[in-house]
Amino acid sequence: MTIPFPVVHTSPWTAAAMIAAVVLTSTAGEVLTAAAMKSIGDLDEIRARAGMKGAIRAVVTCPLFFAGVGFLALAFFSLLFALNHLNLSLVAPASASLTLVTNAIAGKVFLKENVDRRRWASAVLVCIGVYLLAH
Amino acid sequence: MAHAKLLPRQYLILGLVALCAPLGDTCLSRGMTGLPGITPAHPMTLVAAVFTPWVAAGIALLIGFFASYLTALSWADLTFVLPATAFGNVIVALFARFWLHEEISLARWAGIALITLGVGFVAQGPSLTERPSPAAKSEAIAEEGRAR
Repeated sequence: MTIPFPVVHTSPWTAAAMIAAVVLTSTAGEVLTAAAMKSIGDLDEIRARAGMKGAIRAVVTCPLFFAGVGFLALAFFSLLFALNHLNLSLVAPASASLTLVTNAIAGKVFLKENVDRRRWASAVLVCIGVYLLAH
Repeated sequence: MAHAKLLPRQYLILGLVALCAPLGDTCLSRGMTGLPGITPAHPMTLVAAVFTPWVAAGIALLIGFFASYLTALSWADLTFVLPATAFGNVIVALFARFWLHEEISLARWAGIALITLGVGFVAQGPSLTERPSPAAKSEAIAEEGRAR
């Protein structure tokens, strides 16, 4: 299949900036969302106690959740923008693998998660694996 | 409450996170590559892209992913959920190989092996960081105060 529109030439710095925008906004969104869900508690338990409406109410009344969704929306539009200018084979592996590493760092620093050697090793292995798989 | 062992229902949620995300991204890519060049001068064209069929299908899959992802984050750490659900990339690659009969290069097989190893690593450990309960925390503060 041929693409009906010419691909616009993008400099390496512009490409790096587009990928960095996806990675940073995505990391901020995921950390804020994870913090929101931890502050709400186990959704399965809330659903068992208060039903689906109770679970939805618990999520949509948490301000931190909307901050996370705001950043994830920014990440989504940054991804659409990057996909419009760059090849999927560059954007997908680069953003997916870099986001794993930045999330491991942010999880340790901001969420105080126990990122032990096992989790570091796992993040690095998956990061390289995603890059090889999608490149 | 820390879950040393995940329940079958929780594995199902992680499976949905793993599958919906790569399938949704594939639909988005298929939709966006067929559109004319979008520039920052015309940001509304990005919003119009949302209503094209492939992008809409991608968004529907990503909504399924997000609901499962939020549920997973409510009982597991972010640094557990992200590597564990990366296995979806492997499933999509195997799907492409055995159903669509696409060729998989040596580098991709190496990627599959590394992701499988990484997921195996993280799945062996606890899914949630143990934190002291509020009562235990205030007891520890009181203890520290008495020691001074």
